[in-house]
Amino acid sequence: MNLLPDVRVHRPATLEEAVRLKAASEGARFLAGGTDLLVNLRRGLGEPTALIDLTAVADLGAIRREGEALWVGAGVTLADLARHPDVPPALAEAALAVAGPTHRAAATLGGNLCQDTRCVFYNQSQWWRESNSFCLKKEGDKCQVVAKSDRCYATYHGDIAPALMVLDAEALLVGPDGARRVKVAELYRETGASHLTLAEGEVLAVVVLPPLPGWRAAYRKVRIRDAIDFPLAGVAGALKRNGDVIGGFRMAITGTNSAPLAVDAAELIGRPWDADAAAVLAQLLRKKASVLRTTIVGPAYRRRVIQGMARKLVDELWA
Amino acid sequence: MKSILTLTVNGRRREDLVPDNLLLLDYLREQLGLTGTKQGCDGGECGACTVLVDDQPRLACSTLAVQMQGRRVETIEGLAKGGRMSRLQQAFHEKLGTQCGFCTPGMIMAAEALLRRNPHPSREEIKAALAGNLCRCTGYVKIIESVEAASG
Ligand SMILES: Cc1cc2nc3c(=O)[nH]c(=O)nc-3n(C[C@H](O)[C@H](O)[C@H](O)COP(=O)(O)OP(=O)(O)OC[C@H]3O[C@@H](n4cnc5c(N)ncnc54)[C@H](O)[C@@H]3O)c2cc1C
Ligand code: FES
Ligand code: FES
Repeated sequence: MNLLPDVRVHRPATLEEAVRLKAASEGARFLAGGTDLLVNLRRGLGEPTALIDLTAVADLGAIRREGEALWVGAGVTLADLARHPDVPPALAEAALAVAGPTHRAAATLGGNLCQDTRCVFYNQSQWWRESNSFCLKKEGDKCQVVAKSDRCYATYHGDIAPALMVLDAEALLVGPDGARRVKVAELYRETGASHLTLAEGEVLAVVVLPPLPGWRAAYRKVRIRDAIDFPLAGVAGALKRNGDVIGGFRMAITGTNSAPLAVDAAELIGRPWDADAAAVLAQLLRKKASVLRTTIVGPAYRRRVIQGMARKLVDELWA
Repeated sequence: MKSILTLTVNGRRREDLVPDNLLLLDYLREQLGLTGTKQGCDGGECGACTVLVDDQPRLACSTLAVQMQGRRVETIEGLAKGGRMSRLQQAFHEKLGTQCGFCTPGMIMAAEALLRRNPHPSREEIKAALAGNLCRCTGYVKIIESVEAASG
């Protein structure tokens, strides 16, 4: 028998009901595919009083065109996302790169974007963490990665957020005070213990993808086991070529910092993609990616591999 | 906290009173006695607990039983019909796709999901579909051959 917190599980049929239930029950968490949350709860990472299961909310599961834009419900599974004909290839690629096929049949877009941050000192059993005097993210008062730090450095390892960021996507959030739309990048802040900016009671309802004529985009990651692992580092890029020069450029990284981060590369616009431009990009990535000892693979490799992956990715988009 | 769960398990409709925090894995193994579904890890890593939910593969260890309301759940016990193993089970037996057997129920359910949506998969498609299922004995070759044998 496995032990989970003694929760009440609600299974609302509408978004309104889900939001109302969340507001009414203190300490409640949303549950979707469960492939992140239930695994964590089994390790004592969280003590919710109630779970609000979003998988029975019918209107969260749709993918539809709304004018020029594509609206993807937060409840769409990653398996469905990857095989839908209207989904941009870079997003399908990122969805297919998440975990293994059985996870993807249950895991949702919303759960992927809102997944917890990770760390070798955090994703462990209760007794393991206890023997280490816990850590800043949970129950402890010291960060095991950066000893004198007053903030947690757990890392964001989601694959889909960076792809959505370079596709200029927005998230539609619904809460007790109504709905608001933010850029996907604005869902996050760079602190491992509270990396999501969603307000108390807000649910991620839809991801809105604008049309991007003339852009090419892709996502790449490295992992320990190619079949099933979180990214040690991941990079998404989008490029619009303007004849012999770069007309538009967006890049975002994951698996390196406490949030998925956009790499501002405005200085590449208007120049060709050549060895000099690649050196500029490598420098920008070096500054942006503050990889620490949060995975079992050492930081030196992750720092270098992200630069190599980014270069190869832009080579492909440019060709 | 408990709820009434109505679902179909291996073709039979059931109604059970289950704790809200019960994992599908423990519901199947402890409450229904269907111990064919295995637990190989402490959460989401190994695929030994794979069952079918409405024909899709699902990790029973990362799913709550109450999430199965109105759904059709199938476990390894549901594959044999009239005391005879299914073609896929028979193939695992004959092609030595099983050694210690611990990963086998999960492997077979993941392969079963594949064969239902794609009765004649390529070797690559078989590998991709079983990517989340770990086996510490066979080295995978015999497993892939077993699935191929069942799909030929
Ligand atoms: C072995 C293994 C490997 C994995 N590999 C990867 C990987 O390579 N890449 C990767 O990105 N992830 C990976 N994961 C993590 C996880 O499987 C995915 O991130 C998955 O997409 C999570 O979705 P879910 O629906 O299962 O989320 P859940 O576990 O149900 O929820 C995750 C979190 O999101 C919140 N949430 C869910 N939906 C909403 C919503 N609509 N609005 C607001 N909050 C919401 C929940 O409250 C919870 O905090 C892996 C997990 C395992 C066990
Ligand atoms: S028991 Fe290992 S994935 Fe479910
Ligand atoms: S047969 Fe022993 S783990 Fe696969």
